[in-house]
Amino acid sequence: MLDRFESRLDGEFAEVDRARLLERLAAALPPHRLIATPESMRPYETDGLAAYRSLPAAVALPADADEAGAVLRACRELGVPVVARGAGTGLSGGALPFPGCVLLALGKLNRILEIDPLARTARVQPGVRNLAISEAAKPYGLFYAPDPSSQLACSIGGNVAENAGGVHCLKYGLTVHNIVKLEALTIEGERLTIGSDALDAPGFDLLALLTGSEGLLAVVTEITVRLLPIPADVKTLLVAFPDARCAAQAVADIIAAGVIPAGLEMMDALALRAAERFAHAGYPEDADAILICECDGHAGDAGAELERLADICRAAGASLIRLAKDEAERTRMWAGRKGAFPAMGRLAPDYYCIDGTIPRRRLPDVLEGIAELSRVHGLAVANVFHAGDGNLHPLILYDAQAPGQLERAETLGGAILELCVEVGGTITGEHGVGREKINQMCVQFSEAELTAFAAIKAAFDPAGLLNPGKAIPTLARCAEFGAMHVHHGETRFADLPRF
Amino acid sequence: MPTSLASEPRATGDIAAALSESIRRAAAERAALAITGGDTKAFYGRSTDGEPLSIAGHRGIVAYDPSELVVVARAGTPLAEVETALAANGQQLAFEPPRLGPASTLGGVVASGLSGPRRPFAGAVRDCVLGATILDGHGRQLRFGGQVFKNVAGFDLFRLMAGALGVLGVILEVSIRLAPAPRREAALALETPSADARRKLAELMRRPVPLSGAFHDGRQLHLRLSGGEAGVEAISRELGGESEDLAFWDAVRDLRHPALAGDGPLWRLSLPQSAPIPPVGEALAWDWAGALVWMRSDLAPEQIWRGAGAAGGHATLFRGASGGAEVFQPLAPAMLALHQRLKAALDPAGVLNPGRLYGAL
Ligand SMILES: Cc1cc2nc3c(=O)[nH]c(=O)nc-3n(C[C@H](O)[C@H](O)[C@H](O)COP(=O)(O)OP(=O)(O)OC[C@H]3O[C@@H](n4cnc5c(N)ncnc54)[C@H](O)[C@@H]3O)c2cc1C
Repeated sequence: MLDRFESRLDGEFAEVDRARLLERLAAALPPHRLIATPESMRPYETDGLAAYRSLPAAVALPADADEAGAVLRACRELGVPVVARGAGTGLSGGALPFPGCVLLALGKLNRILEIDPLARTARVQPGVRNLAISEAAKPYGLFYAPDPSSQLACSIGGNVAENAGGVHCLKYGLTVHNIVKLEALTIEGERLTIGSDALDAPGFDLLALLTGSEGLLAVVTEITVRLLPIPADVKTLLVAFPDARCAAQAVADIIAAGVIPAGLEMMDALALRAAERFAHAGYPEDADAILICECDGHAGDAGAELERLADICRAAGASLIRLAKDEAERTRMWAGRKGAFPAMGRLAPDYYCIDGTIPRRRLPDVLEGIAELSRVHGLAVANVFHAGDGNLHPLILYDAQAPGQLERAETLGGAILELCVEVGGTITGEHGVGREKINQMCVQFSEAELTAFAAIKAAFDPAGLLNPGKAIPTLARCAEFGAMHVHHGETRFADLPRF
Repeated sequence: MPTSLASEPRATGDIAAALSESIRRAAAERAALAITGGDTKAFYGRSTDGEPLSIAGHRGIVAYDPSELVVVARAGTPLAEVETALAANGQQLAFEPPRLGPASTLGGVVASGLSGPRRPFAGAVRDCVLGATILDGHGRQLRFGGQVFKNVAGFDLFRLMAGALGVLGVILEVSIRLAPAPRREAALALETPSADARRKLAELMRRPVPLSGAFHDGRQLHLRLSGGEAGVEAISRELGGESEDLAFWDAVRDLRHPALAGDGPLWRLSLPQSAPIPPVGEALAWDWAGALVWMRSDLAPEQIWRGAGAAGGHATLFRGASGGAEVFQPLAPAMLALHQRLKAALDPAGVLNPGRLYGAL
């Protein structure tokens, strides 16, 4: 099971006396910011992937970068692994602690340090919530573009670590496109400034390397984000299709026609019905799929773009095209989409969210492939996704109390990800590999590629103490996983010993 | 229907195996290789001696489907060939790389990481790289990223290749995210002195205006607008000035503007947009709405680096370096050590363009 750290497969660490560790941490932090009893550590035992749970040796809550550095130095000296944590909304078990490790929770570093309206930047600490940045920038007519659906809760530090996306990243880019500078700590507790206040920096592009590195290379302690002017006008369209294939075709046609909407989201029949009952968003329940299309910009241009978009959808066979007539209706249209995850709670006790990306043109085939896999594994799957970027979020419905269902959900999820890789896509578009997809990494990457990743990690963290067992699998793990797994008819990692 | 080109590797134009073999041999002998594409940017970065390794023969567009907004091409493919294919489908490279000669290759564009006047508005080379296949210093073929925009599996080593000048790997193939060509473009010139222009732009850019270029030649502020018809018309009217030929921006993009002419040393200062220009030489022109300053200077490089650093940016001796001198802003010791470890991670024998970026790499 992936919720257990296995030294054989994930890496060996020396046994450290817990009393000694706590003593060292007590020298780095005041008592109320060092948590070590099982009851008080309980809130930290899992992230957004609640199926995996485990308690660390201690939870450290530094209040600034100096304290965080002191914790890191102590861990480095004792050889204790460190798992950074933001808000714990991650969906891949990236912030899942393991027994014996120190969980470095950055929630107390939660200050917006500066907003510079002329430079259009905000300098913030990692524990600041994503949405709080846009709220603080609003009086200046500016906003922070990447808007994950979890933006009310997730931290900007977690966004950097995952390279988070959002419903508007088709037009405005991912986290990596919207940050300019980081302050980070190495495992030695040494401060690094990455990127700059200019548009580039000398040397290698470490800003790009650190973004999405899931806490394996360094701990981010300060972020300068780029802010954008709030668009003059926003227009939103709800489009229904009698056949999901037509909706998928419309998505490809829109992009091919040179239209880059601010957002282009799709929901299939199961998802849209659940969302409608949950949020009363006004979705037609008899549709096979809906698209939510948003255009923004100069008032005249957003309207014209929306017209072109509507024409393309009509030609692709849309059965209903409705323009939100005011802000209230617009908010309602989005409420259904944004509430799609909680809405699943009405369909089944549990759901498991998958996060593959595929080339857009393969959408119809992949949707059919998922339906087929869903039949084979006997679990329903609802699809809610960022169609414009081909980023799928199949939601597998199951009941954790029913024996065997969680395992079946995991097998089905793995099969869907492998389908994504097969059609030229990837196992994760925005949620990260974390713990959850560590085995699928062996499918997407070769032994040489994984060795290169490990070498890059070692260049930052030679003892492998930052978030071990996550994101980059060891070759031993791949050898074991490969034994059960045949890729394109060939056994991968065939020359490595099996355990 | 998508006009997808052959996605199978073509028989000709694929010399990956030979390139890999050359690297393997060089690594065994610890003999340096000097990687070249079209050799149009030999002036940029430090010089490196070593056996030339030309990737120009590794060429051809491998896949291009306009509805995916992605082109996949081998590194030796001429930039012009790529841009012609894109233009035929109303698409373009958002980062507008300088065209420094017909031989210029896509691999060289990515390795140099040089972006054109659209950079502050549409992103840099690294923002548009979605994936890369490289040969590491062992000659092993590695593929990172892919052909989709959203992809967070593994470290983004493909983006790391942008601007690394071949020091971390030989780029074999890249996939690049494309942008649709704008529906409307306009160019105008305003009689605004440099310091006023910098202030005016910082104010203007707080609003959602469709800017795609802002260049000052020491005399006039030149603006380019790109976007929808209504937005471009409205802001052109508001800004006033003289309308000018869009071809002006080709000269800016390709570094052919008269302000940059001559063979003398040319410094490139990358600065925070709102910072005053440090007094370390004569500013010839600026681009990127003020964030990129071209300068001539008689001061010692150390003084220029110090001035640029104090302003929150960095300086590069872009053209006219002599001998083995450094051209890029020196890195702090801990940062340089990290760069050396990263280099060693991918090229332990140190055979790929040693010294091209920094003497110590
Ligand atoms: C309902 C819901 C909807 C979601 N929608 C989206 C979406 O639309 N798009 C999207 O991209 N994601 C989405 N997510 C996933 C999640 O919110 C993002 O991955 C987010 O970026 C995680 O931020 P966090 O602060 O919660 O990080 P955590 O979960 O605490 O940590 C995530 C990872 O980052 C590392 N980390 C955290 N802080 C730091 C730091 N300062 N330095 C170094 N490493 C650090 C951790 O070790 C871990 O590996 C959603 C999640 C939920 C529950």
